[in-house]
Amino acid sequence: MPSVLLIEQALNGLQFGLMLFLLAAGLTLVFGVMDMINLAHGSLYMIGAFLAAWLVGLTGSFVIGVLGAVGLTGLFGMALEAALLRTLYARDHLSQVLATFALILILNDGVKMLFGTDLPLSAPAALSGPVELLPGLQYPAYRLLILGVGSALAIALYLLVQKTRMGALVRAGASNRAMATAMGTNISALFTLVFGIGAALCAVAGALLGPLLAVQVGMGENILILAFVVIVIGGIGSIRGALVGSVLVGCIDTLGRTGLQQLFREFLPPQWASAAGPAIASIAVYVFMAVVLAVRPQGLFPART
Amino acid sequence: MAPPIESRSSEATGPAPVDDLPMVARQGRIDTASRAALLILAAAALGLPFILQALGSSYYLSFASRIVIYAIAATSLNLVLGYAGLVSFGHAAFVGLGAYATGILISEGVVGGGWHLLATVAVTGLAAAVIGAISLRTRGVYFIMITLAFAQMLYYLANSMKGYGGDEGLNIRARSLFGFGAIAYDLKNPSALYYTALAALGASLLALDRFGPSRMGRAVVALRDDDVRAEALGFPTFRLKLVVFVVAGVLGGIAGALSVNLQGYVSPNVLHWTQSGTLMVMVILGGVATVWGGLIGAAALLLLQEMLSAYTDHWEFWTGWVLLAVVLFARRGLVGLAAGLRSPRARTG
Amino acid sequence: MIHRTLQSAAAASLFASTLALVGGAAFAADKVKIGLVSTLSGPSSALGVDIRDGFLLGVKVNGGKLGGLPAEVLVSDDQFKPDVAKQLFEKNIKRDKVDFMTGVVFSNIMLAALPEAYDNNVIYISPNAAPSSIAGKDCNPLFFAVSWPNDAYHEAAGQFANTRNLKSVYLVAPNYQAGKDSLAGFKRTFKGQVVGENYTKLGQLDYAAELAEIRAAKPQAVYIFLPGGMGINFIKQYVGAGLGKDTTLLLPGFSADQDVINPVGSAMAGLFNTAHWSPDFTNPANQKFMAEFQKEYKRVPTLYASQGYDAALLINAAVRDVKGKLEDRDALRKALKAARFDSVRGPFKFNTNQYPIQNYYVRTVGSDGKGGLINKSFNEPILRDHGDAYVQSCAMKG
Repeated sequence: MPSVLLIEQALNGLQFGLMLFLLAAGLTLVFGVMDMINLAHGSLYMIGAFLAAWLVGLTGSFVIGVLGAVGLTGLFGMALEAALLRTLYARDHLSQVLATFALILILNDGVKMLFGTDLPLSAPAALSGPVELLPGLQYPAYRLLILGVGSALAIALYLLVQKTRMGALVRAGASNRAMATAMGTNISALFTLVFGIGAALCAVAGALLGPLLAVQVGMGENILILAFVVIVIGGIGSIRGALVGSVLVGCIDTLGRTGLQQLFREFLPPQWASAAGPAIASIAVYVFMAVVLAVRPQGLFPART
Repeated sequence: MAPPIESRSSEATGPAPVDDLPMVARQGRIDTASRAALLILAAAALGLPFILQALGSSYYLSFASRIVIYAIAATSLNLVLGYAGLVSFGHAAFVGLGAYATGILISEGVVGGGWHLLATVAVTGLAAAVIGAISLRTRGVYFIMITLAFAQMLYYLANSMKGYGGDEGLNIRARSLFGFGAIAYDLKNPSALYYTALAALGASLLALDRFGPSRMGRAVVALRDDDVRAEALGFPTFRLKLVVFVVAGVLGGIAGALSVNLQGYVSPNVLHWTQSGTLMVMVILGGVATVWGGLIGAAALLLLQEMLSAYTDHWEFWTGWVLLAVVLFARRGLVGLAAGLRSPRARTG
Repeated sequence: MIHRTLQSAAAASLFASTLALVGGAAFAADKVKIGLVSTLSGPSSALGVDIRDGFLLGVKVNGGKLGGLPAEVLVSDDQFKPDVAKQLFEKNIKRDKVDFMTGVVFSNIMLAALPEAYDNNVIYISPNAAPSSIAGKDCNPLFFAVSWPNDAYHEAAGQFANTRNLKSVYLVAPNYQAGKDSLAGFKRTFKGQVVGENYTKLGQLDYAAELAEIRAAKPQAVYIFLPGGMGINFIKQYVGAGLGKDTTLLLPGFSADQDVINPVGSAMAGLFNTAHWSPDFTNPANQKFMAEFQKEYKRVPTLYASQGYDAALLINAAVRDVKGKLEDRDALRKALKAARFDSVRGPFKFNTNQYPIQNYYVRTVGSDGKGGLINKSFNEPILRDHGDAYVQSCAMKG
């Protein structure tokens, strides 16, 4: 691939990876600290997107819309955790899977009832044009924003988990919950807060990706599974693992689909090449996960001792 | 060294242990009233096409067939999930493989039902053996993830096969044809399809009924409840799990083969993880580790959907609440609720 | 044990009685029943909504009747899913016993659902999707396309590209039947060089990868067939990637009508596109349609709405011509094929394969005089009395 194309695709992969990280981070913390499989995590992403679209429509300001959505979704997440999800911590994984699957149904339809099946969301006009990164490479300004916000949040999260007391508690909880409780942390409050942060991160991803994709009911379902794949690869409970995992998955997926398409076009009719390329790239992601599970089952950066 | 990830046993919080479920304890004895009820049910099921015809609602025969086919798929998952305690999140893969195996054969001009059955069993059996052999080496959430991963891989593979429709799906005009000459029997006929599916369901339920109290059945349930102990007691746990996994996969494939006959269409969506989720919902709704759980769960979910959608566009919303209630409060599903009503002692603490 | 099996028996009888209640659907003689299944939710819902609204308007302007018989239109949403569409077709045909089916936007959804109609001898009037397969070897007397053959707008665009002396073009379309038809159509008439042919996933909304490849290929022009939400996103991202400056964007009407113009906005100004209909056509049928539609729905109709409206008018004419005797399917099909109605596009005529033969025009997006944008057509058609390339393979002759 010519270098400009390669750089552009790499940036696209990084952008996708960073957004995936925002989902995976919340998911890995919830799973790591509370040992809960939460299938409704994707629904929080969807709710964030809908709230952003609604608020932007209401106020006309992209910034207010996104920030408002993030705050509201965080609060909603905490309420959901306190009211319902904490009863699932003691249950087995199957019950968690089923209860959160039920939650997906409820939230999908709930959103449909409140907002309709989809809402329009546009990038702010100031960012709807390109930025010249290199001679010959004009990259959309909006995607640069996503890269910026994603990177900033990744750093912030890393600092939060590694350098703050709260982060230490979270890491302790992730690595050995019983011990952490015995040492006197207020586990309930910690859990609620962790869940809220996870929900807020989902909302950031949903709001930022809204203009690129479409804000529609059910939008969380596909990205949810990828987020699970990422945390298995990265190591359950590990933020560092989630970051590395998502960037890897993002790049394999993005670079894979275009690279393989180009490759297949050499000997397959264009329709078949266009179908096979992305499919094989997606399969590659799962194969990668299977390989990691076989070779290093706890993931690349295990959080648990 | 830390204990294995999935160190909690399922006693306190998971599906109820099987000791207090009436079916196993009874060793297959059926009392008169129950026998009468079963006969009425069987008569209604067998006579359904005629009843519907008389009511002028023959449209609903395909709905009934859908219930029966989903019941077969849910029962097959119940074997793996309920009896063996293996949370397989990729069961839709086997249903999908059966559907595609049959669909592809039909689209290539091979309409013989015998070939379809053979291909379905071979393909799903092989896939289940391979997937099982790899996945069953993992436990807990990793088992869930890896079964999901395999199903997703097959989903993307189906999407890539533009020659067989890819993501547009595969349309077939013909159906499976059984027999020859005077006794030929085409599944394009809605009644023929219904009876074939009913027969398959009946056979599965009968087999499951015999399996539960059998030696192997008890061994499988024992290792579900605590496989470390079972292993220590000398059970060949891996082999047992694999056999159950493969049998369940093949049965799921048969449901898939029937479903492509019903719809005349198969698309990669059959393999999507939300389909696996729906099957799990049916199992839990009906009752884990019970013979009738799959059928009751499938019927309940599909009927709920059909009835609610006549009144509201938001049937998913209410279905979600019902499901949540079942998971939180009625852990043994509708079957368990009924059994619990009969005898409070039979409930778990 | 008793409770459990009684439970099963109860379930069975509940089931049977539910069916009795729900299933005893009445069928009425002296009424024409139409099942309209379309995509009414999701990013491309504007298309289905317009088809539905156009069709219902066509019934309304005839006093709620079609061909003199009271009309009952059963509307349902296929949610962009072929299996849902199949079930809806089955429900409308077997339970509701409709006389006609219509409405589907997307070719793949329609192809999955059509066998239900064929197997039950029900006529399907397509207000949109009209794949090449059914124009040719799979043609069927029960299928009538009131819109256009899938390839047509793209053949017109290819011809237009020639008149503009465009030498190299990069092509993008979704990877499904209509996408395949679209680029095949463009390549059939276009005389320059195709430097890239990229099929995207149907429903895909993020085009970063494709835009990067377009940039690398450096074409003179880009031609896309991306209807609905797909087109909206592509064009926005195309502009965002800075490609609009050096490359001409050429479009079929599907990617440049009001449903795309409104969300994309000023970036659409000046873009050329091809279609069989334009809001500024002056024939009396269209003037009535434009006035009535804007009065009823308070928005400018898209070409999809015009097709839905024409579908209702076609059925109206046919039912009128058979004097309401819908049971005589042969007479009904003959009347449909004769198509004695005044279409909003001007003169209307079916080919032997029951696809239209008509003119195609170039349009450009310009000011509507009220601060917004609307399509304006050039008087001279770019393709005149144009059929399709597949009619020879169709077994139906006349």
